[in-house]
Amino acid sequence: MAYSEKVIEHAENPRNVGTLDKEDPNVGTGLVGAPACGDVMRLQIKVSDDGVIQDAKFKTFGCGSAIASSSLATEWLKGRTLDEASAIRNTDIVKELNLPPVKIHCSVLAEDAIKSAIEDFRKKQSAKREAQG
Amino acid sequence: MPLKLPIYMDNHATTPMDPRVLEAMLPYFTEHFGNAASRSHKFGWTAEEAVNYAREQVATLIGADKPEEIVFTSGASESDNLAIKGVAEFYRDKGNHIITTKIEHKAVLDTCKRLEKQGYEVTYLDVGVEGVVSIDDVRAAMTDKTILVSVMLANNEVGTIQPIKAIGALCKERGVIFHCDAVQGIGKTEFNVSEMGVDLASITAHKIYGPKGIGALYVRRARPRVRLTAQIDGGGHERGNRSGTLNVPGIVGFGKACEILTKEWRDEAKRLKTLRDRLKNQLFAELDECHINGAWDDARRLPNNLNVSFSYVEGEGLMMAIKDVAVSSGSACTSSSLEPSYVLRALGVEEELAHTSIRFGLGRFTTEEEVDFVARLVIDKVKKLRDLSPLYEMAKEGVNLKDIVWAAH
Repeated sequence: MAYSEKVIEHAENPRNVGTLDKEDPNVGTGLVGAPACGDVMRLQIKVSDDGVIQDAKFKTFGCGSAIASSSLATEWLKGRTLDEASAIRNTDIVKELNLPPVKIHCSVLAEDAIKSAIEDFRKKQSAKREAQG
Repeated sequence: MPLKLPIYMDNHATTPMDPRVLEAMLPYFTEHFGNAASRSHKFGWTAEEAVNYAREQVATLIGADKPEEIVFTSGASESDNLAIKGVAEFYRDKGNHIITTKIEHKAVLDTCKRLEKQGYEVTYLDVGVEGVVSIDDVRAAMTDKTILVSVMLANNEVGTIQPIKAIGALCKERGVIFHCDAVQGIGKTEFNVSEMGVDLASITAHKIYGPKGIGALYVRRARPRVRLTAQIDGGGHERGNRSGTLNVPGIVGFGKACEILTKEWRDEAKRLKTLRDRLKNQLFAELDECHINGAWDDARRLPNNLNVSFSYVEGEGLMMAIKDVAVSSGSACTSSSLEPSYVLRALGVEEELAHTSIRFGLGRFTTEEEVDFVARLVIDKVKKLRDLSPLYEMAKEGVNLKDIVWAAH
């Protein structure tokens, strides 16, 4: 199967690879997928107090399309509010990367990773608020 | 000489044609174009003569008693189909049970599945972690209804060599016909139909530096005489076993490829083993958490095969990263079905590891420079991809990945 140029470009030069401190209350972490299925994405966001994503990092175990999908997602996340981030759809990723049908699940996983990171961040924030009571 | 990219290291899939083979074939496209079945003129006789010469070259390589025991086909898939369906149909009154293994080529497995739908019973034997079938399991599976045993000489993914001689002896003892898909092992490990008691053997030219589209089925004619029901009807070519105008240039090339192997295979196998071990040693010296899939002793593994799982790095992702090197992977992502390799699963390789497997297949034209280049590239890219792998990071932090509840998707 031939990859699109954008997939190859992201896979060869992935953006925002790395790890944020998952204990930081301003960091939300999403870990989705399964090793047995051949892809696992970990996507992390660091959110400012006014609700804007300042930083995003990822690490992905998977094929080139999975790596590209998560790399693209981190690029898109930076500078967005949480609501704007929640609005990212897997179909946007499919379109941007020209993913073939057999690779659509990679984009679904990236959307799941975004949602999961936001949810983790929100959970932490409400826990923090409760603790502050 | 500068290295020419991309580098081909997928010789289990197919091999480049040896220039000596091409040279032998060329006159048979133009000058000697006759139909080998034309009995009334020189064009036909020349073609028939060339075919008979090639038949001898093929017979010699595999140790067949007579050249007439070679039936030319379009390739090994057809040979497997003809052997299994041909025996099943012809010996239907004698029994309906077939024994094979879980790691056979799909041309064997899917043929068996079709026969199951027609009322035959098939036993698919396990092969264990080493990827080698046990002779005791073959014996235990035999019933008075068993008419055929089909076991490959060597596996196409993990390169494991099966105990063909022992199975041949057992089949003789029990009066059961023995078919061997010898495609991957031929010219890389010992194979002799007479010494090994093989009754039917599938081989193909394009895995031994010959052309695509030509193969053969060896059909034993004495002790026992094996009978087949033809699967392609027509002009009664190949003694009624396989109708269809013979592919004369292909057959000439196939013969030449066999002749070269008869002379050179032992030296070639030694050279391949040296190169393959060089590749393996370099990879394992610099990378941790690499796992060989299948048995690793010389007696039970092809000298040109290296199948290794690079933990925490998905196979297709790695193949993309080393795109200047042609290899293949047992990863689900490389198959249209999104299922990881059934061969690796049969070996009990966990799905996590199956996804990270890469098959290197070295060949006649692989050089030491290429091996060194590939080793360096793979090492660098595996390291890079592990830096990118959340699983590698977690494993290094001491997280047991099996303790995590993963959401299968």
